[in-house]
Amino acid sequence: MWVVVGVVLVPLYWTLVASLTPENRLFGTPSLLPGRLVLDHYRALFEARDFWIPIRNSLVVAGLTTLLSVTLGSACAYALARMAFPGKTLTLALVLAVSMFPQISIVSPLYLVLREVGLLNTYPGLVLPYMTFAMPLTIWLLVGFFRQLPADLEEAAFMDGAGRLRTIWEVVLPISAPGLATAAILTFLYSWNEFLFALSFAMGPERYTVPVAIALFRGQYQVPWGEILAAAMVASVPVAVIILVAQRRIVSGLTAGAVKG
Amino acid sequence: MTRTIAPGTASETRLAWMLAAPALAVIVLVALGPILWTFWESLHLHDLRMPWLGRPFIGVANYAEVLRDVRFWSALGHTTVFVVTSVSVELSLGLVLAILLDRITRARGLVRTAVLVPWALPTVVAALIWRFMVESSSNWLSDPVMAWVPLVLADAWKTTPFVAILLLAGLQTIDRSLYEAAQVDGATAWRQFTAITLPLLRPALLVAALFRILDAFRVFDLVFVLTGGGPGTATEPIALYTFATLLQHLQFGLGAALSMIVFALAFIIALAAIRLFGGRAFLERAA
Repeated sequence: MWVVVGVVLVPLYWTLVASLTPENRLFGTPSLLPGRLVLDHYRALFEARDFWIPIRNSLVVAGLTTLLSVTLGSACAYALARMAFPGKTLTLALVLAVSMFPQISIVSPLYLVLREVGLLNTYPGLVLPYMTFAMPLTIWLLVGFFRQLPADLEEAAFMDGAGRLRTIWEVVLPISAPGLATAAILTFLYSWNEFLFALSFAMGPERYTVPVAIALFRGQYQVPWGEILAAAMVASVPVAVIILVAQRRIVSGLTAGAVKG
Repeated sequence: MTRTIAPGTASETRLAWMLAAPALAVIVLVALGPILWTFWESLHLHDLRMPWLGRPFIGVANYAEVLRDVRFWSALGHTTVFVVTSVSVELSLGLVLAILLDRITRARGLVRTAVLVPWALPTVVAALIWRFMVESSSNWLSDPVMAWVPLVLADAWKTTPFVAILLLAGLQTIDRSLYEAAQVDGATAWRQFTAITLPLLRPALLVAALFRILDAFRVFDLVFVLTGGGPGTATEPIALYTFATLLQHLQFGLGAALSMIVFALAFIIALAAIRLFGGRAFLERAA
């Protein structure tokens, strides 16, 4: 088992070492034992390249996407999980179908619309397209979550004469934190990692998200590998922290049978 | 099944729709509307480099052009090769990893955390890590055949954990007493695997396969960063070709036809998988 863990983690270790190795020794004989380590690449990343800008962009876009899709998605998911209304099965099928949309097939109309309404290269111009994967993901996860909540509490509230809305607000919401947290974590991860929409709709460096900024790094004469790998490590930090803190929730979310890889 | 707690009155129906409407409106606005527009666009000549041509209706001419296009067919071929190799590698390795994860008794959380990290990394980061490792030790990226190796390896490195987690959940639903009974009957470990584990794991395997096939079919980030579709167009998948047609050549009509073909193929894959799985069972399991 430890061999497997080793194999999984070696590329990350290699990257970490390389990101701390001076540029002129980067392409020497690969060695797993680091020689002299320097912070040059990280310094260049934040001073010369101002990598804070893509980090801020990514945080804002992923944060807003998560907020919007969990707020609207949880209301929708509750109705789908707990209430009977005509058109419900169709709605579920629709949400499932949209979660399987290939992103590339809606890039062109989204581009034309965003251009028309002046939202290219803006935060809303990324948050809205991100809803195409975030909203189905959130709804799907939360429908599963609400369905397995015990119904007794809600029934008791109805017995006491509370209406549906009051029951949701005072009974369901307080015990929904785990489900909402799982949905929020996964939505944030997917938004933080998204590339195609960000590449298509963020036109300038001042709006690049972290993945786009890293992918489009250019040096004056050659590929600036040191800085690229330092940036890769920086982009991985929030992800690693999320996994460390929320591994259990993520696993339960994934195995709800709802999430695409 | 759903339990409706309050009586299904008219006000209850209205409230349900009020709760569902905002999210559904967003989905219609950003996903359903656009896909219909893509279809409309695909029937028109629309070239952003030549705005004076306007946007005349040209029927299925864009589709005809795509079908005559050699680069389209090779992109489709590349996508198929990538889907078949990467998904079979990931399902086999994922199964092995799931069985290992199922066996360990100590430090489970730690091990699961470690194997989940590659899955959660941005694909762009995974692609760059592998590009660096390959570039610093070989010339594979300039070889049209060998360039596939890092693509499949990087994809497997990143997504096998996801497959393993799905399969592990399936493994844990298998009743342990089945293995005990098999042992009493003197069945070998291999026999137990083929007679108990594999058949009972079938639903989990199918779900994992569906998600991975759909995902590998629309592969974009990984190739864009790792090989750029090259050398030449030797590793260019369909999503990358569509992207180039749209946002580099600005041929929106033609690109829309490509987009619709990608969409239709993804739809067919999903329908086939769901049919294999049983449609109703799929919806109920998932929701």
